Amino acid sequence: MKYALFLGCTIPARARNYELSARNVAEKLGIELVDMAKFICCGFPIKAADMEASELLGAYNLALAEEQGLDICALCSSCTSALSETSHLLTWDEERKNRINERLESLGLQYGKGAKVKHFARVLFEEIGADQIQDQFQKDLSGLKIAVHYGCHYLKPSQVHDHFDDVEDPRSIDALVELTGAQVVDYPGKKRCCGGPVLPVDEKLAMAVTKEKLDDISASGADAICLVCPFCSVMYDGNQKSIEAEYNVSYNLPVLYLTQILGLAMGIDRKDLGLNMNVVKTKELLEKYA
Amino acid sequence: METVDLDQADPDFVKELAAQAGGGEISACFTCRTCAASCPISALNEQFNPAKIIRMALYGLKEEILTSDFIWLCSSCYACQERCPQGVHITDFMTLLKNLAVKKGHAPAGIKAQMKLVTGEGRIYPLDDFDNKKRKKAGLPELPTSCDAIVRLFPENLEESGIHL
Repeated sequence: MKYALFLGCTIPARARNYELSARNVAEKLGIELVDMAKFICCGFPIKAADMEASELLGAYNLALAEEQGLDICALCSSCTSALSETSHLLTWDEERKNRINERLESLGLQYGKGAKVKHFARVLFEEIGADQIQDQFQKDLSGLKIAVHYGCHYLKPSQVHDHFDDVEDPRSIDALVELTGAQVVDYPGKKRCCGGPVLPVDEKLAMAVTKEKLDDISASGADAICLVCPFCSVMYDGNQKSIEAEYNVSYNLPVLYLTQILGLAMGIDRKDLGLNMNVVKTKELLEKYA
Repeated sequence: METVDLDQADPDFVKELAAQAGGGEISACFTCRTCAASCPISALNEQFNPAKIIRMALYGLKEEILTSDFIWLCSSCYACQERCPQGVHITDFMTLLKNLAVKKGHAPAGIKAQMKLVTGEGRIYPLDDFDNKKRKKAGLPELPTSCDAIVRLFPENLEESGIHL
């Protein structure tokens, strides 16, 4: 199995723990992730400013993958969603595709059929499957209680993600976490947004959205949060201390990427999962369970 | 209750919206407010209410919407769009409103800054040698610190800067 690896902007600069753990988990599972030096921003951050410019960026990246004959595997939910949206749109809008191709021509690129885009977690869930993943496990994470945060763009808008999971009752990440023996705990507002996209506009409001979920997860008795998007991680991990200070509360809730949890069960070294780079320290959690 | 001043309304606004992605379905809204009930922002800030914004658009209150701060509060989480019983593409509609506001020169500083970075550098977090040093230390491959493609994708940026290819 071979994919063009789409890292996007946030991961290589700010979520090296996610990148490292994903690369190592992929290697264990025999997924070949091809580095693409020419990939640039997926277009998501400029959707609000200029949808056509966003589509142009998306189409450029998709055309690069198409040129190599590869489908795309993305680690960031927003990248997955923005690229899928552009791909979906260009399947139906010939006129727009022609306009985009006029721009791509100067780069010697041509958008034809584009490329299929899947999130890494979706690849694990749909294509690798439980048996192959469990074959790699060396540790049982029984006793560990995990609150899964799906975020928004991993699943939505559902039509561009082929409705691969139910947006109102998502199961894919729960199922992957449960393979490790860990218990997935339910909590109110599980489907709610992390608040991240509002951060550049209204920081206080964004943090208030984040706080609601940290409150709910804390009350659920979970030991840690599991997520699949670097934006969400910025809100729950990166900003957890600021929220604690702002609202005079205490969570001390470790935030792990799905790939870090799976990697722990696979017996991959903590350093090779980038666990030392998580902002909320994971040491206590790891001593207890892994 | 505020009074709506229809003298300020632009009767062509609905037609203008209908011609663009996200703007075509709003007239199907029957004001059930499932969107507002699903919205993580409306739950915390009553300034933002998708049902109200749709109604304002249908009344043609173009100027008021496009100069407002509230359209920028949408987190584009798609909770409303997924649940709308009338198939209104509410999140896409909000994106369309933001795009139109930007064209009229109304955008929060953070949004403008992101646009400038992405269309100038190709990334919201441009990478430098120091990033690559940290990547190498972590056992990750180095990545390009500049992007040639971006000037060809957005040649108008170059024209603005006075550089010619």
